[in-house]
Amino acid sequence: MTITSAPVTGEATKTWSGRAMPRKEDWRLVQGQGSFVDDGGMYGQGYAWFVRSPYGHARIVSIDCEPALSMDGVYTVLTGEEAKAMCEAPFFAIAPPPGSLMQEWPLAVGKVRYQGDAVAVVLADSRETARDAAERIVVEYEPLPAVTEGVAAADPTAPLLYDEAGTNVVWHGVFDYGDVDWALENADHVVKLDRLHFHRFSSTPLECNGAVVDFDHGTGMVSVLSNYQMPMFAAMVIGPTIGVPMNKFNFVTKDIGGAFGLKIGFYPQIAALALLSKKAGRPAKWTEFRTEHMLTAGHGNERTFIDIEVPVMADGTILGVKARAFDDAGAYLHYEPLGAVIWSQVVPGCYKLKHVRVDYTEVVSNKCPVTPNRGYSRMQHLWMIERIVDVVAHELGLDPVEVRKRNYVQPEDYPYETPNGCIYDSGDLPRSLDIALELAHVDEWRARQRELGTGSGRRIGIGIGSTLDSGTNNFGQSRIINPELPFSGNGEVAIAKLDLFGEINVNLGTTPQGQGHETTASQVAADILGVTPDDVTVSTGFNQANNAYVGFSGTYASQFAVTGLCAVMGAAQKLRHQIVKLAAFALHADEDEIELAGGVARVRGDEERAIPFIGLANMVYTNNAGLPAELLNECDLNARYAYVPPFEVPDTVAKTGNLTLTYASQVHVCVVEIDEETGEVKILDYAAVDDCGKRINPLVVEGQVHGATGLGIAASLYESLDYDESGQLEEPSFYEYHVATSLDIPNIVCGDIESPSPFTPNGAKGMGEGGGAPLHAVCSAIQDAIGAGGPIVTDSHNHWARVYEMLQRAPGAPRGVEVISRSAGSDTGATSL
Amino acid sequence: MGERGTSHSVTVEVNGEKVSRIVAARQLLVHFLRDTLGLTGTHIGCDTGNCGACSVIVDGKLVKSCMILAPQADGATIETVESLAQDGALSPLQESFHEHHGLQCGYCTPGMLMSATYLLRQNPEPTDEEIRRGIRGNVCRCTGYVNIVEAIREASRGQATERRSVQATAGEEV
Ligand code: FES
Ligand code: FES
Repeated sequence: MTITSAPVTGEATKTWSGRAMPRKEDWRLVQGQGSFVDDGGMYGQGYAWFVRSPYGHARIVSIDCEPALSMDGVYTVLTGEEAKAMCEAPFFAIAPPPGSLMQEWPLAVGKVRYQGDAVAVVLADSRETARDAAERIVVEYEPLPAVTEGVAAADPTAPLLYDEAGTNVVWHGVFDYGDVDWALENADHVVKLDRLHFHRFSSTPLECNGAVVDFDHGTGMVSVLSNYQMPMFAAMVIGPTIGVPMNKFNFVTKDIGGAFGLKIGFYPQIAALALLSKKAGRPAKWTEFRTEHMLTAGHGNERTFIDIEVPVMADGTILGVKARAFDDAGAYLHYEPLGAVIWSQVVPGCYKLKHVRVDYTEVVSNKCPVTPNRGYSRMQHLWMIERIVDVVAHELGLDPVEVRKRNYVQPEDYPYETPNGCIYDSGDLPRSLDIALELAHVDEWRARQRELGTGSGRRIGIGIGSTLDSGTNNFGQSRIINPELPFSGNGEVAIAKLDLFGEINVNLGTTPQGQGHETTASQVAADILGVTPDDVTVSTGFNQANNAYVGFSGTYASQFAVTGLCAVMGAAQKLRHQIVKLAAFALHADEDEIELAGGVARVRGDEERAIPFIGLANMVYTNNAGLPAELLNECDLNARYAYVPPFEVPDTVAKTGNLTLTYASQVHVCVVEIDEETGEVKILDYAAVDDCGKRINPLVVEGQVHGATGLGIAASLYESLDYDESGQLEEPSFYEYHVATSLDIPNIVCGDIESPSPFTPNGAKGMGEGGGAPLHAVCSAIQDAIGAGGPIVTDSHNHWARVYEMLQRAPGAPRGVEVISRSAGSDTGATSL
Repeated sequence: MGERGTSHSVTVEVNGEKVSRIVAARQLLVHFLRDTLGLTGTHIGCDTGNCGACSVIVDGKLVKSCMILAPQADGATIETVESLAQDGALSPLQESFHEHHGLQCGYCTPGMLMSATYLLRQNPEPTDEEIRRGIRGNVCRCTGYVNIVEAIREASRGQATERRSVQATAGEEV
């Protein structure tokens, strides 16, 4: 055998990080050669179909599986009671009591709590047979009164979802920073809003959930091939329930067709499939279908703010905010009540608010469980803050641009400590806003707006959305919810390896869903190892067997650029160190004389003295006799690195601490035209300015900005998930949901500035979630179009009917806002606040 | 074992290859392509015909393959995403989606490419507005459509330039 081919061909002199490189993963994806979960399977698999509740709330009286079991081709059926009997405990609860009393099992037991709640699951020899069999199962229900609104659910007289908890309140806490009572007493104006409502929607990845699960009776191994985006979280939650230790799971993901946080929510299905496979003695494959997804896969958090009071000085300085918040978690607590603390990463939003008190209540209701959804929990709060800033400007007759600029955290303020101890790392919000205003041609639109005047039947509105995309969580914040939780910090793992023939391979703990990890990880590794990105193979998806993971591994919460890429950096540097050591030995040179270029290690200034990577790999793997043991011990060419960001455990009593490492910012400007006759909103111009620190691949970053913007616009104007009083979802398919098309989303013009993060090794900040800026900007634009004296935009969802109603609302009808101003005479020097 | 109910024989030409299979009467064309023939490039994103992830070209027309039954396609000529690249070379549209970052998760991409292929056959130099209309039946949740529109526009320009230069050369020769 001759080994001659050097696998690496790179140019040494280029720097790959920072380049807008088209992606490597595209090659397979544009040819339809991606490997998505439904594309694969396991030998001998059966097909699973869940039997789901048609009721929002009901007692399960009986389940008759016989008609299904007697069908040809049906392997087995698993009911909720049976599943429970196979379990050791309910799913791990994040909440302390009373939330922890709201127990969940793989399938519903005793009662169903939302439309779509799974009561049984069938396994059969084909998808069609499984579906037919599921329809034959007879479930007798006794319907119960439902509660489908968050504030109402907190009322002690509301129907209870969990009798054993005695309340629908999952968690309650007061987040109190500064002295908001003092600020309210001393402000020149207090702006009061009765209610702001952030609606329920979902970014609905185009690929639904899916999993193939095998419970191997021989080895006890549970293999999970799925598109689940935070695998070890699922393992930690379901392992103790189904009695499987961590080292008996093998979670694998491949290509994932979008996730947006929503693919964190289906661990109960994975647990049910594991038990089903255990019972049937064969793998169980489940591919969710769209209506099932809309009903059960998870919705974004719906939050209602009431009794909002905002102290403002005469010059437009906003001192803070006081509000009560009700978060509606739906019927089961999937990842919740983490949403009850995650918003506090961005307590003052983009602004220097000093006095904030939020009285926060999270409840369960008879709706689909919520799941993290792009912008998770922060965007709801940021939207409230943006509404406040906007309303303050409108009510006090101030320029919305000036009010924002006056209250923004200023470039010279960074690192800026928020009232609850979070550290905003860097940014330039005023400049971002200026760029966005210019890109959206605001001066021209203002002129056009004046020209149009009244009587044209059309109105133009200009809106601003300033937002933060906080990334790299400190999981210690979960202890603010429950001090007993064993979580803090964060981390990610990468393994860089030189393989037998000198090939470079990188394994990651992440589960990319379109974010281009294979490309950006290659760019980073290529720079360190002196090759091109094409010379670096990054394994697709997550594979537990690779051992490249910590408990937090996955792709979620805007963190890959920091956690993932810093892990790659660390692993590649470790590997480089080993390569240099081996080369120095082989070439009889000093380590500091060695340089790497084009897949070769050579002596600087003497290029004849060189050894290709394949030669180094050969020394270690297949030709190691006589090498010093020390060298072999240190250089196994298999470099695993865990990046751990620097965090402390937060103060769980004061609810303070550094909850997040980085703060990317986005400022959006939106220009709308409203047709007065129909209430229809059309976007005329849209600009988004992103600042996520150092960008590893600007093309990927811009794509993320487009995507988050598109989903935000879709949610603000088209997409909403609403329930009737009995708990029936009104939009159970893409048809009713009006999933936004190319005709609904305008062209999005992007601008960017780079304020490197001083807290990350690569200057990057996590990004991608986008902070819900379009929801802020569209509401602000509609508010501007409605004009002074009109109703306040109080909902994050503004489809035509709602806009029409606002335009029609009689003058003098309640506007949803009140301004209390202190007379000049009673001024006690509040301006010095 | 296997499908219950009546069966039909379906003979189609898929990506230039003739295939015959016996399938259940109720099998959707998209399941025929994916499960029976193993052509998993064609995807499924909904059950109401709204998303276009399953778009293929049947007898020259753009069709959502989840909206017809496999037996209805009997005798048809079908083109799927797997037919676009020739001899290891991407089609100009595939190339352009790559260059302009017109895909992220890639799940909508096969359907999007088939719609765009169909669009450019009908209208080789579409305006942005026409591109948006052409792909309105294809949902993408990742890109906000911005780079998809750009990718299709740039591919059409590239093809148009090529076409014009061919015509120009042909003109000179005449
Ligand atoms: S799967 Fe065919 S249109 Fe959605
Ligand atoms: S690229 Fe993900 S749906 Fe279009």
